[in-house]
Formats: sequence, C-alpha cells, structure tokens
Amino acid sequence: MAPFIRLKSISKHFADVVAVDDLSLDIEKGELFCLLGASGCGKSTLLRLLAGFESPTKGVIEIDGQDMAGVAPADRPVNFMFQNYALFPHMSVADNIGYGLRRAGMRGTELAERVDSLLKLVRLHKLGGRKPHQLSGGQRQRVALARALARRPKLLLLDEPLAALDKKLREDTQFELVDIQEKLGTTFIVVTHDQEEAMTLAGRIGIMDAGQLVQVDAPRRLYERPKSSFVADFLGTISFVDAVVASRDQTSITIGGYLNICAACDDDLPVGAAVKLAIRPEKIYLSRTKSGNVNEIEVVVEDLAYLGFATNYRVKTASGQMFKLQQQQRRSLDAPLSWGETGYVHFDPQDVIVLQD
Amino acid sequence: MVRGMGKYLVNLPAVTGRRLVIALPLIWLAVFFFLPLVETLQVSFTSPRRGIPPYEPLWGIGDDGFFTNFTTGNYALLLQYWSDYFGPAFNSIKLAFFSTLVCLLFAYPMAWWIARSNEKWRTILLVLVMLPFWTSSLLRIYALIGLLNPNGFINAAGLWLGLIDAPIQMMQTDFSIYMGMVLTYLPLMILPLYAVMVRLDADLLDAAADLGGSGIQIFRTIILPLTLPGIIAGSLLVFIPAVGEFVIPALLGGPDQLMMGKVLWTEFFRNRDWPVASAIAMLLLAILTVPIIYARYQDGRDAVAETPNPKQAEAG
Repeated sequence: MAPFIRLKSISKHFADVVAVDDLSLDIEKGELFCLLGASGCGKSTLLRLLAGFESPTKGVIEIDGQDMAGVAPADRPVNFMFQNYALFPHMSVADNIGYGLRRAGMRGTELAERVDSLLKLVRLHKLGGRKPHQLSGGQRQRVALARALARRPKLLLLDEPLAALDKKLREDTQFELVDIQEKLGTTFIVVTHDQEEAMTLAGRIGIMDAGQLVQVDAPRRLYERPKSSFVADFLGTISFVDAVVASRDQTSITIGGYLNICAACDDDLPVGAAVKLAIRPEKIYLSRTKSGNVNEIEVVVEDLAYLGFATNYRVKTASGQMFKLQQQQRRSLDAPLSWGETGYVHFDPQDVIVLQD
Repeated sequence: MVRGMGKYLVNLPAVTGRRLVIALPLIWLAVFFFLPLVETLQVSFTSPRRGIPPYEPLWGIGDDGFFTNFTTGNYALLLQYWSDYFGPAFNSIKLAFFSTLVCLLFAYPMAWWIARSNEKWRTILLVLVMLPFWTSSLLRIYALIGLLNPNGFINAAGLWLGLIDAPIQMMQTDFSIYMGMVLTYLPLMILPLYAVMVRLDADLLDAAADLGGSGIQIFRTIILPLTLPGIIAGSLLVFIPAVGEFVIPALLGGPDQLMMGKVLWTEFFRNRDWPVASAIAMLLLAILTVPIIYARYQDGRDAVAETPNPKQAEAG
C-alpha cells in the first residue's frame, strides 16, 4: 500500500533562495511526525507546501494517494495550526472553532453540537463566548487546535505549536497534544526548532538542514545512532574526536596516535580511513583513580558546572582533546573533582559513535 | 527642613515638565478651539447691529445694571425659512456623502495594495500618496481646471486624436466637482485604511482559506470586519471637512449648486448677519457631531463590556 503522504523530489525556490531542495519523504497514516531544524532550514516552507499556501517549484506531493498539484488549501484534507495561532480577533471562541464548519455549510444545532464537542475535547467548554484576547496563551493554543481539527482533517499541520507557551505549560501541553492525536488517529506533522519538544512528541523525527532532510528516524535512534556529525551535534551535547583507523577486527576499530580509543563498529572501514568518533556526555565516566577499564584516558578538569542532579565537566587530555561529560551525583558524599585536578575518564566501546563525514 | 526642601526642588522640574507637556496642548485647544466655539454659540443667540463687532453683546453690565440681549430669533428665522437653508444643507451633505463613498471605493484597493507591498515599496507609495498635500490645494484645483476646460488638455487631446468631434463639457458639472473632491480628500481615506490593513496579520487570511473560505467569504468575514475601524476613521476624516467645503464647488461647479459653505460665507460677509451665520454653523455642527458622538459612545460601551477580566481568563 502506498504511504499516506508521499513527497517526491520536492523543491521550492523563492527568487534566488532555495528553501526546500530535492526532498523526498513518506509518512504513514496516524503517524506523529516531527520536522526538526534550525530557523531558516526550510521546515516551515515544507509545511506550507503541504497545506497548499505555496506550490512546489518541482516535485510531486501526494496525500492519500491523490496528487495535490493545483488543489487549493480549502480542498485538501489538510488543516493548519499557525505558530501565532491566527485566531480571528473579532470572533468569539465558538465562532472561531465553527468557522470552517460554517464554510462547509453547517448551521443550527448540528453546528452548535459539533463546536461544543470540540470545546470539550480541548477542555474549553464554558469559554465559547470569550474573545481570543480574553484568553491566556495556553487557552488560545487550544482554541487554535480545536479550530484546525473542526473539519476532521486527515492530516493536521502544526507550525511550532508550543513555541508561544512558557516552559511549564509547554510540558503539560505536549502530552495533551499526543493524547488528542492518539484519540483521533489523525496524522500530525509538527514543525519545531525545539529538540526536546520533538523528542517527546514524535514517533519519528526528520532533521532538516539547508532544505534537505539529513536523517529521518525514531528519536532514540537519532540520538544514539546519528548518521552524520551534523545530526550528532544538533541533538544534545556531544564530544568529537578526529581520528584515523589504526587497526580493526570483526566488531571494532581502534584508533592510534595521541589517543587510543576502541569503538564498536560493523562498517567495513579499512585501516587508514579517516573517521570522527562521537561520545555523549552521559556515557563518559569520570573518576579520581585509575580503574583499568577499556578506553581510559588521563584528563585535567578545565571547567565544571554544578546542576544539582548532576555536574557538567569539560576535561582535557594531555594531547589537548576536549571531552564534555556529565556525572550524576549518586552518592552525595563523593568528593567531586574540582578545577585543575587530574582524573580519569573511560567509556564503553559500544557507546562510541563512529561517523565517516 | 532644608534637606526636605531640597527633595522638593529636585522633583520640581520633573513634575512641572510632565504637567507642562500635557497642559500646553490643553491650553492651546482651550484658547483656539473651545473659546471660538463658545463665542460662536454666544453670537448665535444675539441680534445683529451696525458696528464692530456687528452683533450685540449677549450680556453685560451697563448704566442700568446687568442686561442681556439673549434671543432665539436666529434659530426661529432658520426654522421659518428652513426651505432656503435645507437645499444647500442637503447639497453639502449629498456632496460629502458621495465624495466619501467614491474616496472609499478608490482608496480601499489602493490602501490594500500598499499594505501588501514589500516594505521598501510601501514607504515610496505612502510618500506618493501624501505628496499632493505638500502643494497648495488651490494650485491642484487650478491644475484640474486646466485639464478639464473645454479647451483644456483632455479635450484638446481628444480632438487631436479624433476621438471626439467637439469639446466635452466637463467643467461646471458634478463630474468636475467630484473629481476635485476625490483628488483633495483621497489621502485622508487611504492613510487610516492603510494603518489598519498593514496591521492585519496575513496568517489570518491563510487560516480562513485553510478552513474553506472562498475569496468573497474571506473578505466578508475577516477583512471587512477587521478593517472597519479604518473605514469609519477615513470616512469621518473625509466627510466632516467635505460638508463644509466651498472652495471646490465654487471653482469647479456650476452656479446652480449652492453649498452650505457658500451660504455661511454669504451670511457672514455679504449680509454681515453674524448671529444668523453662527446659528447655521451651530445647527450644522449639532447635526454632524451628535450621530458621531453617539456612535463613539456606543463603541466605548462595547469596549468596556469586552475588557478582559484577567483573573477569569486564567482561571478558566
């Protein structure tokens, strides 16, 4: 069966700016897909192409097996939730939510009942008579959601849906959004620049850079097994080691030179190949004394930041290689390493990511 | 004690400075707007006389003590001869109404186009809209006469191209009056419309289209209600001065179209009957402002009713 949404070699040019560059993507029905990227990477343009506010310079967009070329926004089984919500300021909450239904010819008690059930869905019953400016940010966000869902779209596009909310509210709303998505089974495509938001919301994340999808994967795989240093660096914190393969066996490679690091690797990398090793901060252990583990390196503490639940360290090897690591405070009586002190880091070969770019 | 004084002295310039900023325009309005209005109102209740000024004082203290010349006779006169004044008043209001309407029809798409242009063009176009204001309006009217005259540019060009056999009578017609009115007042309509349109979030239009609105529906349900304040402001800015306009009809119109402005002028300067002229002015003012004040008052009440209660909004 064909995927629910299929983008085939989509490009979008604005004058001399290439916003989306030969991008292909399949999304399944009922998926909550996140497009993640820095501002200006083309993610919002991609969303507007799906909504029909823009048409692609090249390529084909299919939704539910139907080519969307020349189909107006109103005629697509798609609705859009705007970043600033774009609520109609002169209409009440109920009129905002009912706007799409009225355009479809719905009137009277049918309309009232439908609006009422939508208000209940987003927990705003009793507030139907309010104007948007009389609502809090979180309430406005829910009105926008209800309005976008009113026409029962097969696909809902959400542009930075939580960006305008403060941190605490954003966390609650994230789960609420996922709940509603699961309840309705509507396919959601969310655009965001906030990686934490993408990680919590999405079943799959597509990371965008310069108009292209760099990697599409489940959040865990993106974090644990990034395919490029861009993705590794974009998601969370990471330390890179530039190296050359010194020796290899069936399952691992070893690099030589200033540092001796062993990394698990299935790829067929010949001796002498240039690689980039990447290690997440929480996978690196720091101790005062030598423990005799694999990948143990002597370091000096350059910088530290105490976070309460953990401490962030920046440590430096004798050869000048920096590592960023995070140590959990499991035992409060541990005497932590301080500025300028010497210690030892070690990490599991399984936790070393081998990148070839 | 001395230290306490010092504190006051330090605060003094700041406080008086702030008061001065508010007080100066208030004093200016009182002296140059409110007092003349009161004076006009007083004059409208006295009787004319030969001399300077050409009206009796409303009240005073003479040899026999306090006296007053209060009379409602001027208003009674207007009522008695209402048909003489009704015609010009009707002409003025009709001219102002249709001028406003034509200005609105021209200005609306123009303001929309300017507001939707990119920022660089917007500034240039706005300057172009305001540019005519920097030349004398009288000069512009004479330029228009030069265009519309039987031997003016348009007729000459038409004859030369063979489009017409004889000059078309454009001067001294409704056409020429409305041309003059629209040319003069169009910027006053464009600017307030532009101000509301430029603030209209383009996402609202996308949202309406996304929810199934057709072009006409989006205009009716979103654009029109949200630009209504601009329509009202622009219409008032055009309508109010247009009612009193008498230069444009006098220069461009025929002799048959008597306007209120002209009647006022005649009463003041030809008949030297200041009291009757003042009564006309006051009556006209009442007719024009009462509906506007009433509308503002209704607006104000709506605004008060809609003021959010932050506590409620958060609680819900």
